[in-house]
Formats: sequence, C-alpha cells, structure tokens
Amino acid sequence: MTTNEQADDAPAPALSIDDLHMAYVVRGIPRDVLRGVSLQVTQGEAYGLVGESGCGKSTTAYAALRYLPSNARILDGSISADGRDLTGMSSRELREFRASHASMVYQDPVQAVNPVLRIGPQVAESFRILGQSKAEARESALQALHRVRIASPESVMERYPYQLSGGMLQRVVIAMALAGDPKLLVLDEPTTGLDATVEAEVLDLVRDLRSETNASILLIAHNLGVIRTMCDRVGVMYAGRIVEEGTVADVFDDPSHPYTVGMLNSIPRRGVRKTDRELFAIPGNLPQIGDPLPTCVYVDRCPIVGDVCHTEIPPVVARSDGHWTRCHFPDKIDEVPQPEDVSSVAEIGDEEIIGIHGVSKTFRQRGQDVPALVSIDLGFASGETLGMVGESGSGKSTLAKTMVGVHEPDDGGAITLRGREMAGKATQRRHESIQAIQMVFQNPDSALNRSWTVRRILARSVKKLTGVGGDEADERVREIAAAMRLSPRHLDMRPRQLSGGLKQRVAIARAFAGDPEVVVCDEPTSALDVSVQAAILNLLALLQREQHTSYLFISHDIGVVRYLADRIAVMYVGRIVELGTTGDIFAGPVHPYTEALLSAVPSIDGVAADRIPLDGDIPSPSNPPAGCVFHTRCKYRIVGTCDTDVPPVVDAGGGHSVSCHLSLEQLPTPVQIVASGSDSPG
Amino acid sequence: MGTNDKDDGRQMLRYMIRRVLLSLLTLGILLVVITLIPNVAPGDPARKIAGAFASPERLAAVTTSLGLDDSVPTQFAKLVRDVVTLNFGESFTRPGESVTGLVRASLWNSFKLVLFSLLVVLPISIGGGVLAAFKKDTWVDRSIVTTGLALSSIPEFVSGVILQAFLAVPIAFFKVSADPPNSGIATNLNYLLLPVLSVLIVYFGYIARITRAGTITALEADYTRTAFMKGMSTSEVIRKHVLRNALQPTVAVTGTQLGYLFGGLVGLEFVFNYPGLGRLILDAARGADYPLLRGGVLTVAIIYMLATLTADLVIAWMNPRARLSGGMA
Amino acid sequence: MTDENVLDPASRPEEPSVDDPKAALAVPVENAGGLTRKQIQAEQRRVLLRSPAFIVGTLIVLFWIFAALFPGLLTTWDPKDFVTDANGAPVVREGPSGTAWFGTDKVGRDVFSRVIYGARPVLIVAPVSAAVAVAVGTLLGLAIGYYRGWFDEIVSRIIEGFLSVPVILLAIIVLFTFGSSRGVIIGTIAVLFTPVVTRTIRAAALAESQLDYVTSAKMRGENGLFIIAREILPNITGVIVVELTVRLGFAIFTVATLAFLGVVAEDLTDADWGVDVSQGYELIPNGIWWPTVFPALAIASIVIAVNLIADSVDKATKS
Repeated sequence: MTTNEQADDAPAPALSIDDLHMAYVVRGIPRDVLRGVSLQVTQGEAYGLVGESGCGKSTTAYAALRYLPSNARILDGSISADGRDLTGMSSRELREFRASHASMVYQDPVQAVNPVLRIGPQVAESFRILGQSKAEARESALQALHRVRIASPESVMERYPYQLSGGMLQRVVIAMALAGDPKLLVLDEPTTGLDATVEAEVLDLVRDLRSETNASILLIAHNLGVIRTMCDRVGVMYAGRIVEEGTVADVFDDPSHPYTVGMLNSIPRRGVRKTDRELFAIPGNLPQIGDPLPTCVYVDRCPIVGDVCHTEIPPVVARSDGHWTRCHFPDKIDEVPQPEDVSSVAEIGDEEIIGIHGVSKTFRQRGQDVPALVSIDLGFASGETLGMVGESGSGKSTLAKTMVGVHEPDDGGAITLRGREMAGKATQRRHESIQAIQMVFQNPDSALNRSWTVRRILARSVKKLTGVGGDEADERVREIAAAMRLSPRHLDMRPRQLSGGLKQRVAIARAFAGDPEVVVCDEPTSALDVSVQAAILNLLALLQREQHTSYLFISHDIGVVRYLADRIAVMYVGRIVELGTTGDIFAGPVHPYTEALLSAVPSIDGVAADRIPLDGDIPSPSNPPAGCVFHTRCKYRIVGTCDTDVPPVVDAGGGHSVSCHLSLEQLPTPVQIVASGSDSPG
Repeated sequence: MGTNDKDDGRQMLRYMIRRVLLSLLTLGILLVVITLIPNVAPGDPARKIAGAFASPERLAAVTTSLGLDDSVPTQFAKLVRDVVTLNFGESFTRPGESVTGLVRASLWNSFKLVLFSLLVVLPISIGGGVLAAFKKDTWVDRSIVTTGLALSSIPEFVSGVILQAFLAVPIAFFKVSADPPNSGIATNLNYLLLPVLSVLIVYFGYIARITRAGTITALEADYTRTAFMKGMSTSEVIRKHVLRNALQPTVAVTGTQLGYLFGGLVGLEFVFNYPGLGRLILDAARGADYPLLRGGVLTVAIIYMLATLTADLVIAWMNPRARLSGGMA
Repeated sequence: MTDENVLDPASRPEEPSVDDPKAALAVPVENAGGLTRKQIQAEQRRVLLRSPAFIVGTLIVLFWIFAALFPGLLTTWDPKDFVTDANGAPVVREGPSGTAWFGTDKVGRDVFSRVIYGARPVLIVAPVSAAVAVAVGTLLGLAIGYYRGWFDEIVSRIIEGFLSVPVILLAIIVLFTFGSSRGVIIGTIAVLFTPVVTRTIRAAALAESQLDYVTSAKMRGENGLFIIAREILPNITGVIVVELTVRLGFAIFTVATLAFLGVVAEDLTDADWGVDVSQGYELIPNGIWWPTVFPALAIASIVIAVNLIADSVDKATKS
C-alpha cells in the first residue's frame, strides 16, 4: 500500500503499519480516529509524525506497541514489527516483545516513574524482566544510567523521583526504555514541557544513542523543529490519515499538500517578523475525532478544493523519490494562498507609559526568603512589544503578576504609570492604573469563569474597567467581541462550549475591555495548535497596530517571540541578564546564557551550526549562586570574578545591555541556522 | 550530597516531630473546648446534676467537684494535669472507683471489638474496592459501589437488630449478646461475629469506594503504563507498582475512622449488651458523671490522634514525598 | 488478561481492560461545542431520571414525606391507641396479621401506625440540621479557602479538634449539657456537622482560588466578597448539592441513633423509629421481632434512599 514495497531479500522494516483503521467507542458509538494510516520505519531510520491535536499521531504511536485503551477498536489493517504481526500476538508474546524488542518514551517524565520507589530498583526492574539476577540487574541499571550520561549513577540510584529534575528523569526513562536493546524506540512528545536547554540535552542524548544502538525511531512531536533536527523522514498527519510523506528537507522546504503548506505558513520561519507579513491562519476548525470525512480528510478547509475531492479519496501522488502527497491536485499547490504582507506598521512612541523601576519580589516559604525577582528595570512605550524569554523558575510569571497587582512588590521598587507610582495591590490601585495594565493567561480554561457566559465575562470587565453600565456597556461588549472576530452568538455561550482558540479570543477581549496601555501576555498561545496560534498572533499584532497597545509577551517559543517582539528581555533566576532590540539579540553580541538558549532551540529551517550545551541544572531561586547567577553553568566564567562579584551592565549600544563580566568584544554571537539540503541530518 | 539513607532518616524524623506537635496542638484545642463546655452551658450544670431541689450546700459541693469555682484558666490547667498523669479522679456515679480503672476495662473490650472488626472489614473492603477498580464501569463495579454506598450509613444498631432477628434467633451459632460467658478466644470471636458484621455493613462501602478511587488513579497513572511497557505482567504491575500508591488514601481513612470505632459504636454496644467505651461514655453522660465523661471522651480523642498519627507515618513510609508536607491531609 | 481482547471487539465488548486509559484522553469525551447551558442541565436531568438508583431513592423518600405529612391517610390506628380485636379485647405482642399489618408491640400498639407516624420527627430534624450545617459550612469554607492566612490555620485546627471525637459522643455530651428539646437537637447536629462540611467546601474553594479567573478578578480590582459570591460560588454548587445529600443521610443516621440511645426523647409514647427500636430490641431473643425490625427497616430504607439519591446526584454533576 505504501510507496516502497519490500523486496524479498530486504530486511523487514522495524515497524510497518498498513492501512490501519481505528475507532474509539465513546458512549457506545465508535468514533473514527485513524482512517487508513500506512507507514514504514526501516531499520535504523528515524521517522517523525507531525500533526495538530486530535490527528491521531499518539494513537498511531501506541498502536506500534499495541498498547491501546479498552475502548479502542482496530477496524482494519495490520501492524507488524520486524516481520512479526502484532495484532495476532498473545499477551505473553506481547510482553516479551515490549521487554526486548520495542520501547516507548513519552511526555512528562515526572509522571512516568513510580513516585514511591527509588530510581535504582525501577531501572533494575527492566533488566530483571530479561531474566537477570538481582545483582546483575543492579549492575546493568548502573551501566544504563551511565549510558544516558548521568554523571553520578550510584547516587541517582538511591534517589526518589521527586528529588530529580525533569530532564534527569527523562534520562532515567530513556535508560529503562533502552534496557532490552530495543530495535524500535517510540518517542511520543519526549521533550514537550521541558525547558529549551534541557530539551536540547535530551535530544542530543537520543541522537547519540541512536548512532550507538542503531535502533529505529518513531518520533511524535508537535514541534516541527524537533522533527526536522531529529528525523530522516516525516509523515504529516491530519484527521487520522498521513497526507504527505518524505524526507524532512523535502517536506519542510517543498511541501506538496495544501495542509502542509498551510501549517508551515502558520509558523514564523526564517526570521520573519510581524512587520514583514502576517502568519497564515488556516480557515475553519480542526475536525473532531469521529467527524465523518468519507473522501479527502482536508476537503472542508482546502483552498484548492475541486469537485472530485468531495466524491473520491485522493490517490497517493509521488512528487520525487520517496516524497508523496495524497491530493487530487498536487500541481495546483502553488495556488494555495500565501500569508498577506503587512502594509502598516505600529508606531512605537518615545514616552515611557509604564515603568518598572527596581522592582523585587521576595516570597517567604518555610521560613526562608525566596527572591523571585531581583531589581527589575523595564519600560514600555506605546505600541511596543517587549518579548520575555527564560526558563522555568526565571520569574517571568512572577513579574507578570506583580505588574498587574496580584503580587505586591517589595519595598523600594516602583511601578509607574506616566511617571506616577501606582499602589502594589490591584485593590488599592487607582482606577486608571487598573485599567492601564491587563493580562492574558496561558490557559483559557483556567482564566475564564466556566459558569459565566461570554457576555457576562466581558460586561463585568467593561463595567469595572471603564465605569460605563447599561446599554452603553452592552454596546461596548458587542464592539469588543466584533473586534476579536467573535460572532454575536458566542456571547451567550459559556467557555466550555468554545474551542481553545475562541476561548483565548474571549480572554483577549476581556483584557482589551478598558483600552489598556499594556497587556501582559503570559504564554498566550502555548496551549494552542500552530494553526490556531497563528490567528491569535495575527490578532494581537492587529490590535497593536490599531490601538497602539504595548505588550509584555512572555513565551518559551523563541520563534514566536522573534516574530512579535520589538525588544527582548532574557531572564535567568529572577534577573534580567540581557535586554535589547530583537535584531540586536539575534545578531549579537549576546550574554552567554542567551547564546546557549538560542542554540538550544531546534529549528524547523535547518540545523544549528553548533549547540552550546549547559552543565548542571537551573539553580533554585531560593538558593541563587553568588556573584553572577549564571556562573555555575557558564563556559566563559572567570574564576575569582564571576563567582564573587555581581556582573556590571555592558552597554552594547542602541539600548542593548548585557549583565556580564565579559567585555563587549569578548561576548559571544549567537549560532546561525544552516539550512540543510536534501540530504538528511544525523 | 551525603549518604541518602541518613538524609532519608533525618527527613523522616523531622516529619515525625512536626506531625506529633500538630497532634498535640489539636489535643490542646480539644481540651480548651472541653473546659469551656460546662462554663458556657445555659443554666448551672451543677444545679442540673444536683437536682432542682438540692440544698445550697449540696449545690456548692457539686460545683466544687466540677471545678467550676476555679477560673477558666485554672480549670484548663487542671485538665491538662489530669491528661498528663492519666488521672481523672473518682467517678461520681460509682464512688470509690477510679475513672482510669473504669476506662481501662471498657477500653479493653472496645479494643477486642475494633481489632476483630478491622481484621474482617479491611481485607473484604479493600478486596472489593480493588475488584471494582479492575472491573470499572461493569456491573460488578456498579453493584459493589452501589450496594456498599446504600448500606454505608445505616446506623449500626439498625443492622444489629435486623441481624439479631434474622440470624441470631433462628440460628443458635449466632449470639444476641456480644458478652461471652468465658474468655476463650474462639468464644470471644463467636460472640463478636454479629457486631463485626454490623461494622462491616457500615464500613464496606466507604472503604471500598476509597480503595477503588485510589486504585483507579494508580492504574491510570503514567508509571503504571511505564511498567506495562517494560513488559511486566498485569499481576506484577499490580503488586509492584499499583498497590503501594493505590492504598495510601485507604490507610488515611482507616486512621481517621479508628476513633469512631472506639467511641462511636454506642448503639451497637447497647444492642449487643457489650460494655465498651461508647456505653461507658453514654452512662457517664446520663449520670452527669463529669470525671468519667471527661476521661472517656479524652481517651477516645487520644486514640483518634494516635491512629491518625500512625496512619500518617505509615503513609510517609509508603510515599517519600509525603514526608515533605506537614501531614494531616 | 488485559491485552487479548483489545484487538477483538467481538470477544468481550463491555469488558474494559486495565490497560492505559490515559491514551483515551486523546478522545474528547466532553460534549463538543454547540450545547447551551439549558441543554447541559437538561442532559444532567436526563442522566438522573434514567438512573434506577435515583428513581428508587426518590420514590422511597417521597413515600416517607407523604407519611410524615398525612399519616392518617395511610393508617387506621392512632400510634398511641391500643389495638383491640373484634371483641374489644386488647391485642398485645401479636405477630403481623390482617388487623395489625406489622403486629402489635409489647403494650399493644399498632407497629404499622407507629412506623408511619414515626417518619415525622426524623424528617423534620434531619433535613433542617443538614441544611443549616451545609449553609454555615459553605460560608465558612469559602471564606477560609479563599482568604487562607492565620484565620484559616486556626479554623482548620479547631475543625481537626472536633473531628477527633465521634459526632455521636459529642452530641450525647452536648444534649446532656444543654437539654434535648427539638431545637437543641437540630442546633447540635448542625454545629457538629459544620466542621466536615467546612473542610470539604474549603478544599473546593481553595482549588478554585488557584485558577486564573480569580487572578483575573483580583487584577481588575474586585473585592473578596464579590470574588467569593459571584465568581467562586457558582462553580462549586455541584459540590454543595452533593454535600447536602450526603449530610442528610448522616443526619438521619445521627437522629435515629440519638433517639435509640434515649438521648432525645421528649415523650416516649410519641412514635419515633429510634425510640421504638430501643423499646423493643430486648424482646428479640424471645422471638418477638416485629416491634423492632419494622422501625429498623424504616430507618434503613430512608437512609438507603437518601444515599442512592446522593450518589446519582454526584454522578450527574460530574458527568
């Protein structure tokens, strides 16, 4: 069924899924989730599956180890590994298969290990299953931990999971997965939720292990950069079917299916900025599991749809060797609309509207002072986006909540509105101060009151923030909703009736209810699929152009920050270590931490020329290192200076400042992305 | 880093100390309440005890013996002293007998009943809960959960009399009284069988439900999936990974319910004519025997605290993460 | 045992395996958009009305409410009358018969009539005390769950103190101290149930307080009262309703037990299930079971009914 039929003497593929149809039974009704998935992972190959939520990529991954929930039904098709049919295996055979033939690593390593058992016995268990004695298994476990580059395996063996960081635990999980020298390793979002530098380390490890073991890999990820840097070939999934397949370079640089084109255009790539063009938001919604899609799965949203698309399942059309698309009109692919150029640019004012001056925030935990923010200085001009990047524990969210008056800053610092200091707590702030700073949260399910209608949510903010009531407020609610592209019927719905993208629009509408000066956006798109994210980012850019609002845009996605931000602040352990225009940050010179952070991000456009690894874990804010907080992990550290003295601020010109003991000439420049040709990496 | 065993030990010790202090604080609050009750009661409790027509002398004597002529702080201090020395003075209603002695006798009887109950109730209820979790959403699950729940708040005196009428009367093996004629273990167990059945009716649903919920959470957890992915068999996964996580809530609940078993089974003790702590306290209340009442109630409270303390320590032993928190979920 | 059936839908279609249900989370089981709130409520009602447990429970409770309101319509004998046969001779300790369906008690009163009339005291005391406890516990729980701080610490400690002594024992002590009129009984049960309710509601309020919609309300300058009453409260109504039904079951339990122990009786000749059980249980060894077992079954029936309702409501609010 797939493109390359096996020759008789060729080795059987490590994984072969053929025309797999699956459904989940929900309330007695089977709902289609896979609609004929076919893929082969050859020996030693790394195959990536990408797609948005609900497309069935995880189901496919679990099917590869025949690990399915009780309500899953295989309707048709076959799964085999190394020529052995999985569907026919007895449970004993299946156990043997999982123990010594195939393994899986998945998202959230903290949950993946048993919290009440020490690491050692858990790893040893994987070897006990292979028939080793207790002593042998312990020795093997030590070796296994050593193999995944854990520095002191003896000590880690004695630890409980809660005593280890997420990155360390993911290594442990990988060590367990590799116990039986599997021929097939399935990785389901293995680095999602990990910090960028930790993600890079885990990916490096997997890459190294792959060349050591020659295992085949099936990698599931929503992050296209991860797929690009890790895989040889990639399959793009949509609504339970693979719509395009080929080498990563072919698919990402020369997409041939209208969905792939749309998805890739919805992501900021190749350094594109909000001033250049919009992102492409695919019209329509992602299909739900179980929606009837009898012909082409993309037919409802396709810009080049023809009559035949409604009547016939599209054929597999080869584009080049090993690169194919499932489309009736592959030659019309150039007609797929491109994102629109942006004609007007938001003007950035030169007056500081909101100022943050020497703001610190210290929490008290268990009788101990935890400095979450240390004398932060920032200013916002009108129409400006300040991007903020940094890893977990860096204090990004604390800064956001301090700005909006949920946390009260320590004495000594001040948040000002047009030069006038405002009160710490929102309840004590003057009306205009409250109105001036509003916030959009990461998770709209948490941020919107689920028992309120959209109308009530908006009306309350209008009333509280503008003071108007009655008909005028109703009118204002309708206006804002329209500005957010919400239809009037949405106003009478409750959050749970809306999709994730619509919910986030409601949250944005609420923040804009009182014409704010600054909107704090705390990871506003990280819970959304890329095509939905594009629409939200476009909306934010549009609102900024029209209303000259400033944003503090917090995100772990450097690509998104680069697209949207005018200036970028880099935070590390409660301090801003670097601040500069987006152009300056990406051109350099930069802070050593910024260098490492930028090099850690897997790019969809190619491979970083050189990755700068960081040693050790991010320090806890409750126990920050002396001197420069980054010195414990910095490869440029000057012993006797960096570990004792707080670094000075180096002025790199143009408002670009770096807190570092290095001189301007010594500061590094960020690594560049090398577009990989058609030859695959790794 | 130091050696981990030493760290673990120190962590456990710190946790125990914190947990014991918390228990003492709770006990202190209870002592305050007990001190305050007779002082805030409407009317004069001494008058109530002595009777409406008692002489002023008699009234004064009762007031003194209640300690009500002391200031409230003094009353509290005396109560604390009584608890520390485990000496609650002499009973009003049974002059010459010490409260401690009376409580000790009843406590032993309650202890026998509770121990036998736990030995029957826990295995059956935990087994039922685990079974229900495995058969989640089937008729087996639904019948275990619904039956258990429906029966769970039937007062134990109600199930007691029904069991008497339908088991003890027609079948000689079952006894209407729980007070055995001799002290043989077999005889004791035989006579305690029906009361224990009543306790089972009250607790089966409760404990089975808690166990079921804990087991389902553990079965659905990622670490269970990891274990299956290692190639372990279902029974190995259950034994090595599921149970230790699943049973933590059950242990906690058992701890909190021990106090009830020791003092709350008053109705059952009545129906089966069993001289346990509950009846002792009821009789003391009826007879306005304040010293005995205080001694009995405080005994129950201390048992509750020891039981929850033990449960928390068992959980801390089962789950190292629990040692970090302050305890008392 | 877990894997074989997965690939063979025909083998045991209704029997789920314990294999990872988490993978199923990829399936949206939430009813996807398009349902209005009314439809959701209608759906919840439908779930309730289709649940046999709910129907059985409701019918039993309705029967007892009817008995409490109009006992005369169901019985011929007054609960305090002595039953006589056709010749006017008293009928004492007779088993169930056509004259006295549930037999007569040791002084010759009709057990059936006493069971019917006995519904009233329970159905007054238990619901009122449960409602008061839930109301007070909700207010207190919301306040300490939202504000936290030292007030929460103190109240939580006091709650722990209360919970360390069985409710029945505390009730006995309070009733002997304060007297045992109906008002005092209601007040006592209400006060003694408040700590448990407070703890449940506190946990729910605390969980809600940590959601961002509360943060959002704080940053637009809403005061605490508004946040508690308008933002948080509507989101925990399900918890409150379930708590109310569960407490009702326990209140019946407590009322009946106190009556049985002779702690509450005002007039021992009044029909009361708990009192009647206590008056008759000593005759059971003599084979005279009916004066005891019928009121006992009445208590059991209403407790079971309330529990069935509580469970169905719990399931419906979570569905």
